[in-house]
Amino acid sequence: MSRVMLEVKELTTKYITRFRENVYAVDHVSLKVEEGKSLGIAGESGCGKSTLALSLMGYYFAPLHYTSGEIIIDGRNISGMDCDDVRKAVLGSEISYIPQGAMNSLNPTLKIIRFIEDVIKAHDPKISRKEIYELAKDRFMTLGLPADVLQKYPVELSGGMKQRTVIAVSVILSPKVLIADEPSSALDVTSQKMVIKMLRDLMEKSIIKSMIFITHELPLLYNVTDDIMVMYAGQIVEKGTAKQTVFDPLHPYAKGLMGSIIVPEYGLRGVKLAAIPGVPPNLKNPPTGCRFAERCKYVLPECRTHSIDFRDAEEGRAYRCILSEEHLREVYKND
Amino acid sequence: MTDDCKLCLSATGLTKIFGLGRQKCVAVDHVDFSFNEGEIISIVGESGSGKTTLAKMLLGLISVTEGTVYYKGKKRDISTQKKKQEYWKNIQAIFQDPFSSYNIFNKIDSVLLDCIYMRGGRRLSHAKKVELMTEACSFVNLKFEELTNKYPFELSGGQMQRLMIARIFLLKPRILLADEPTSMIDACSRATILEMLMKLRNETGMTLIFITHDIGLAYYVSDSVYIMERGKIVETGCADDVILHPRQAYTRRLINDVPKIHEVWDLSTV
Repeated sequence: MSRVMLEVKELTTKYITRFRENVYAVDHVSLKVEEGKSLGIAGESGCGKSTLALSLMGYYFAPLHYTSGEIIIDGRNISGMDCDDVRKAVLGSEISYIPQGAMNSLNPTLKIIRFIEDVIKAHDPKISRKEIYELAKDRFMTLGLPADVLQKYPVELSGGMKQRTVIAVSVILSPKVLIADEPSSALDVTSQKMVIKMLRDLMEKSIIKSMIFITHELPLLYNVTDDIMVMYAGQIVEKGTAKQTVFDPLHPYAKGLMGSIIVPEYGLRGVKLAAIPGVPPNLKNPPTGCRFAERCKYVLPECRTHSIDFRDAEEGRAYRCILSEEHLREVYKND
Repeated sequence: MTDDCKLCLSATGLTKIFGLGRQKCVAVDHVDFSFNEGEIISIVGESGSGKTTLAKMLLGLISVTEGTVYYKGKKRDISTQKKKQEYWKNIQAIFQDPFSSYNIFNKIDSVLLDCIYMRGGRRLSHAKKVELMTEACSFVNLKFEELTNKYPFELSGGQMQRLMIARIFLLKPRILLADEPTSMIDACSRATILEMLMKLRNETGMTLIFITHDIGLAYYVSDSVYIMERGKIVETGCADDVILHPRQAYTRRLINDVPKIHEVWDLSTV
C-alpha cells in the first residue's frame, strides 16, 4: 500500500450567517487520497463541493468555520492549527488550490512574476528576486508555458492561458496535494483539454503527489481521475473507482447524475436525458433521514425518518442508501 | 414551390469586419446558409471563431458589413426601429450569461409583462395577464407566486435561464437563437434546460439555432450541424454524418477535444 497523502476524518465545517444560523455545508466527510492518485468529486451546484475544497486547506475565514474532524496531510495533522501558521507552513507547499474563476483571481495591476514572488516569499523571505525568476522560468518551461508570460499582465493573456498560468503559480512550491475546483468550467473544449493535459503532466512529472478534482462534468471526471466521490447536500453519498461510479452507480442520486451525460459518441444521440426533478434541500435545517428523499424516485417511508449511514459495499465501494446493493441494481434494471 | 415556403432564415455572403486598415479583423467571412422551418441547427466552433458575431448579425443587433439576410425568402428590412421590433417578434434569443441578460432594476413581473405587451396583450384584463404568466412559469417548473415581486438577481443561474425560456414561451417566436444557453450552468440543470427547449420546440414548431462549443451537445440536439472555423463555415451536414464521419481536420479536432466515456480520450493531440 502506497503512502497516504491526504486523509480526512469526519470533517465538518459550517457557515454562520448574519442571523446566527448554522449552515453545515460539509457534514462528516471522510476521504483518503494515496500518492500518485487522483480523486474526483461530483455533484450539482450548491451541494458543498467548493466548500469542501476550501475546508480541506485548513485555512478558515468568516463566514466559514471549522467544527470538528481531522485533516492529515502526509502524516501531519493540520486541523485546529492557527490560520496564520497554516498560511505560512501549509498552503502552497503542502496543499494548494486552483480557484474556480481563474479569470478573476489575478490582480490586473500586477505582472505574473509578482504573484510567484508573493507565494515564494511567504515561505522563504530571504530568497532573491533573480533566483525566483530562474525558478519560475524553469517551472513554466517544464509545463510548456512560454517564459515571457512571466513579464506580462493578466489582461494580455487569453482565458485558457490565464487558467494555465494560475495552475503554474499554485504548483510553484510542488505541493503534495492539489485541489482543482472546476478549473475548466469557463473554458471552451480546446482550452479545457490543454488544462487537463497540464494537470496530467503535473502528476506524471511528480510535481504534485496527488490531486483532488472537483467538477460537475462527469465525462471529464471519468477521464481524469482514478476514484470518484459523489456529493449531495454536504454529504458524500457514493464512493468508488471512476469506472464503477459512471457505469454502475449505486446511489439513486449518482444514478440521476449519470442521466445528464452528453457525449458525441455513436448511439448516444436522442437518448433521453434524465434530469433530477426538484432542488437540493436548504441546509439551514436539513431534513431528518435521507437528504435525497424528497427527490428520489425509489423513496420509502423509512427514508424520511431514519438517518442513513454511509455503508461499505463490495470492491471497496461505499454508498449512503437504505436499499441494498442487489435491490438497487434490480430497481435500475426495471426502469 | 413547397420548398420555398419552408425556407425560414437564409443568408448569402454574410461578412462582418471590425476595425479598419491594418487593424482590420474579419470576424465572419462570406458565410452562406439556409435554415428550414422547424429545423434544429447547431453552429459549432471554438472561442473566437465568430459564432456570437454571426448570431448578433442574425438578430440585427450589429450591422452587416456585406451580404444579405433573408427572412422567409424575402430580404430582411430592419432600417427603422419599428421594423426592427416587428422583426424581433419573429426571432428571439437566449444568451450565454443568464446573470447579465436581465435589467437588474426590473422585477420579474415586468420582464414577463413586457413579453405579453409585445404580443399585443396590452388590453387584456389583469387576471388574464396573471394567468398567462403563471402558465409560462409552470411550463418551466417555476412558481409564479414565489417569483412575483422578486428581482432577477435573487434567482439562481439555472432558474434565470429557465425564466428566459418562460419569456420565449410567452413570445412564441418563429426562430429561437440559443447562444451557449448551458455553458454557465451545471450538468444537472443543463439536462432540464435542454428538455424544456425541446418541449417548447415540439409545441410551437419553431426553428431552433444552437450556438455552442461543445460538439457533444450539438450531436445530441440538432438535425444539422455547421462547423465554423475563423469566421468561415468549413463543414455542414446532418448531425450523424458530420460527427460520426468528419471530413475536415478541424471537425476531427473538435470531436477529439470532448471527453468521452466509451472511447479513450487522447490527450497527446493538443
